[in-house]
Amino acid sequence: MGKKLLTANINIPGIETFDVYRKNGGYASVEKALKTMTPDEVTEEVKKSGLRGRGGAGFPAGMKWSFLDRKSEKPRYLVCNADESEPGTFKDRYLMEKIPHLLIEGMITGSYALGARTSYIYIRGEYMYIVRILEKAIEEAYAAGFLGQNILGTPYSLDLYVHPGAGAYICGEETALLESLEGKRGNPRLKPPFPAVAGLYAAPTVVNNVETIAAVVPIVNGGGDEYAKIGIGKSTGTKLISASGHINKPGIYEIDLGLPVEEFIYSDEYCGGIWKGRKMKAVVAGGSSVPILPADLILKTAKGEQRLMTYESLADGGFVSGTMLGSGGFIVYDETACIVRNLWTFARFYHHESCGQCSPCREGTGWMEKVLHRIEHGHGHMSDIDLLVDVAKKIEGNTICPLGDAAAWPVASAIRHFREEFEYHVKYPEKVSNPKHFEIEPFRSEKKLEAVGA
Amino acid sequence: MEEIKFSEKSLALVNKIIKRYPEGRQKSALLPILHVAQAEFDGWLSPAVMDLVASILKIKPIEVYEVASFYSMYNLEPVGKCLIEVCQTGPCWLRGSDDIVEHLQNKLNIKVGETTADGMFTLKTVECLGSCGTAPMLQCGAKFHENLTTEKVDALVEDLRSANARSSYMR
Amino acid sequence: MAKVTIDGVEVEVADGTTILNAARQIGGDLVPPAMCYYSTLKDSGGKCRVCLVKVTAGSAKDPRPMPKLVASCRTPVMDGMVVQNITSPEVLEARKGVVEFLLLNHPLDCPVCDQAGECDLQNLAYEHGAAKTRYEEDRRTFEKIDIGDKIKLHMTRCILCYRCTYVADQLTPERVHGVLGRGDHSEISTYIAKAVDNDYSGNMIDVCPVGALTDKTFRFKSRVWFTNPMDAHRDCPKCSGKVVLWMKGEEVLRVSARKDQYGEVKEYICNECRYDHKNVKDWTVEGPRHIDRHSVIAQGHYERADLITLKKEIERQIEFEKGKPLPEPNPSLTA
Repeated sequence: MGKKLLTANINIPGIETFDVYRKNGGYASVEKALKTMTPDEVTEEVKKSGLRGRGGAGFPAGMKWSFLDRKSEKPRYLVCNADESEPGTFKDRYLMEKIPHLLIEGMITGSYALGARTSYIYIRGEYMYIVRILEKAIEEAYAAGFLGQNILGTPYSLDLYVHPGAGAYICGEETALLESLEGKRGNPRLKPPFPAVAGLYAAPTVVNNVETIAAVVPIVNGGGDEYAKIGIGKSTGTKLISASGHINKPGIYEIDLGLPVEEFIYSDEYCGGIWKGRKMKAVVAGGSSVPILPADLILKTAKGEQRLMTYESLADGGFVSGTMLGSGGFIVYDETACIVRNLWTFARFYHHESCGQCSPCREGTGWMEKVLHRIEHGHGHMSDIDLLVDVAKKIEGNTICPLGDAAAWPVASAIRHFREEFEYHVKYPEKVSNPKHFEIEPFRSEKKLEAVGA
Repeated sequence: MEEIKFSEKSLALVNKIIKRYPEGRQKSALLPILHVAQAEFDGWLSPAVMDLVASILKIKPIEVYEVASFYSMYNLEPVGKCLIEVCQTGPCWLRGSDDIVEHLQNKLNIKVGETTADGMFTLKTVECLGSCGTAPMLQCGAKFHENLTTEKVDALVEDLRSANARSSYMR
Repeated sequence: MAKVTIDGVEVEVADGTTILNAARQIGGDLVPPAMCYYSTLKDSGGKCRVCLVKVTAGSAKDPRPMPKLVASCRTPVMDGMVVQNITSPEVLEARKGVVEFLLLNHPLDCPVCDQAGECDLQNLAYEHGAAKTRYEEDRRTFEKIDIGDKIKLHMTRCILCYRCTYVADQLTPERVHGVLGRGDHSEISTYIAKAVDNDYSGNMIDVCPVGALTDKTFRFKSRVWFTNPMDAHRDCPKCSGKVVLWMKGEEVLRVSARKDQYGEVKEYICNECRYDHKNVKDWTVEGPRHIDRHSVIAQGHYERADLITLKKEIERQIEFEKGKPLPEPNPSLTA
C-alpha cells in the first residue's frame, strides 16, 4: 500500500467544503509558506522534491519555476492547466471534483512562490460542472481570508479565477492554452519565446498541470526531501494513474512511482486484472499519445527486467520496445480488442483536434485517419501499412507543437508491434467487415503467421 | 430585425466575467461569455448573437466568428432542445460506445448529426470527455451520464422528454 | 553581429536576423523556400514548414545541435551557428514530405488557374515534389466565392498561410475576413457573406502564394506568360504608385505591386492604382520588368543552359536519389 499524498482525505464526507477540508489539515501549506518562508524557499523545496510535470511531458517543475523571468517589470502569472483531454486520462477531473480546495491551496502556495498576483485555472469547457464546484470553493477561500487582499494578514495578495475553454484538445498545449485564455483560437505559438519569458499577455508565466500544482501542497508541508524519498531515481513522489479499458476495476489510483506494472494491472488493490477472465493483449500506458506496447513488453523490458511505473522504466527501450509514463492514462486491451480499430479512433481524435495551423499536422492527421478507416473497414491495401509509417514519420518532429508527434507515435508503434493485425485486415476484408470482428473470433498471436499466409 | 440583448441577469454575469481580466484585456472574456450567450439564446450562436458579444467586448465581429468556429462546444447552427453528445474515442469504444450510439440512433430514429423531427433531440458523437474509467458515457448539458447501458439510455431519454427543458452547459 | 554558416557558406549578419534572412543575404540555392513567411508582414511565418532546416551547432557558446528541424523563417541566428539546408538529406526528405502535405488537398487545377506560371506552390512542387500522389481519398473542396467585387476566393486552393489576414490586420482599417473552423476544415472566410471593401484589400491578392485569391478584373484574360510585364509609376496620394503593368499590346490587363526575387512586395499599392487605371496613358512606363524568380514568367527569354552543365546537374540529382549524399551544387547553375 503506497502513501497517499493527494488522495488520503478524498473520501471524507464533505471534503469539498472549506470547513471540512480545513479541519483535516487543509491550507497548512499556505500558512507555512506565507508566514515562515520566502518565495524562493518554496521554489527550492519544489526543486528538491524532484517533482516532474504531471501533465505528460514530465519536465522538472522546480526547474520550470526557476526559469520564470523575475527581472521583468510586468506582472507574473501562474496558470493551471486543467484542460485534461488526453484520451485515457481523467485524474485531474477526479481531484477537482472531489477535493477542489487541494488545487486552490496549491495555486495559492505556488502563486506566492512565483510572485503572481492574479492566477487562472484554465479548465476544459466540457467540465463545466466542475467550474461550478471550483467557483464555490474559491468563494469559500475568499471568505476565509485565503484569497484576496493581504492573505492571513501578510502583505501577499492574490486573485484566483476559473476560465472555461470550449472544446479543444490542443488547448492542453501550454501556449495554445494561453492564446485561448486571451480569447483567441487555440493555435500554439512558435517558441521561443517560452511562457516563462513571454506568456499570458506577453508577461512571465508558468503553466502547470492540476496534479503538479496539487503536489506542491504535500511538498511544502512535508518538505521536498521527504517527497523525494518516495519513488525511484528521477521519478519521485506519487502519481495518479487513470486506469481504463478491459480491466476489472477502472478508476483513479494514487501509486508510489516505482510500483511494478504487473502488480498495478493484476493486484486487487489496483486494476484487479483483466475482465471476463480474458488475456491481456496490449497496454497504452500514458494516454493515447504514447506508444502502445504488447502484453509481454509492458510487463518486462526487452532486456527481461521487470517494468516499473516510472518515467525511466517505461521509457526503457526507447520507441523500439518502450513507451512513456505520459499523463498516466493507462488503457488496457484484452485479447478481443482490435488494435486497428482502436488506432483508427485515436487517429480520428487527432484529426478532429488538430488546430490546422501547420501543414504536416493539418494534412497528415486527416490522411492517416482516412487510410486507417479504409483498412479497418476492409478496403485497405498492403502498401497502406508502410504508407502510414511513412506519413507518421513525416509529421513527427516537423510540426509547431507536440500534437504532431502525439498523432504519429500511436500509428508508428501500433504497426511496429501489431503489423500482423493490419495485414490480416487487408487480407481478410470479409472477416473484418463486422465491427466486432475480434470479439467474435479473437486475433491470437499463434494464429498470426498462418492468418497472413507467412 | 428585432434587436437582441442579454437579460439583466446574464448581463450582470457578463460584466462580472469581464472584470476577471486586466484592463484592456477584455477579449479574454470571449470564451466564457460565448457560453453565457449560447445558454441564453436557444443553445446556438447566430451571427447576430456573436455581433452582440463583439460589441460588448469592443472587438471586431470576425474575431468572434474565428473563435466560435474553432471550439467544438459552440453550435453555429440551431440544435434540438436536448443535445446528446456520446463519447466515441478509444477507451469508450472499448467499453461499448458503439452500442450506445447505435441504440440512440434507433431509439430516436435519427442518425448522428441529426435532430428529431419534433426538435427535441440532437445526437452528436464527440471525442474524449475524460470519462474513460466510467465508460461508456454521454454528456447532456453540463451533466455527465456514465457507465451507460442501453437501459440507462432508455431511462435518460424518457427523463429528458418529460422534463422538456433545454440542455445547457451553464446549468 | 553574428557569424553563421549555412551549407558551408559563412555570413555575418545583424543580431536577431533569422536563419532564412541570413541565407537570403548569401543568396542562391541554399535559400530555404517560404510559403507563409513574408518579410513585410509582422508575425507571418512558422506555419507551412517548407523552410525547415537542420541546426547542427546552436552557437559558439553552446555548440550542441538542435534536436528537431527548425523553421528557418522564425529562428534567429546565434553567433557560431551552423546550419544545413540543401546539404542535409534529412531536410530535403522533410521538405518533400511537407510539399506532399501541401499538395494533398490542393486541386491541381493549374490548367484553369490564373496563378499558374507565377504560383509559389507550383514552383515548389516542381523542385521538391514527387511526380505521383500517394493520396487516394477524396480531396477537400469548397465553393468558390467573391469576397468583395474585385477578389475571387478559391478556398480549395488555399494552403492556409494566413498572409492575407495579416494584410487585412496591418494594412487595412478593419479586418472582416479570417480563418474559420479548425484543422483541415479551416477556411478563409468572412463568415457572413460580407465584402472585403477598403482601399488596400487588393494587396491580399499579391501576397497569396497560390491561386486562392485572384484579381477578378484579370480572370481568364490571359495566361500570365503571354503578357508583357512593365515597371511603371504614377503620382498617387495614397500609396507609392510603383507598380507592374501586365500588358498585351497596348492593353493593360492587370496592375500589381512589384515583387522581389522572393516573391515579396516591399511597397504595397492602393486599390485605385490596382483597379482604376487600366489605361497605359495614366502611367509613366519605366521599362520591362525583370523577373528574377525562375518560373514560367521569366520566359520569353528562357535562360540558355549549357548542356554539359545541365547533364552534370541531372547526374547529381540521380546520385542523390540513389541515397548518396548530395555533392556540391554546380556553381555555374546557381549563378
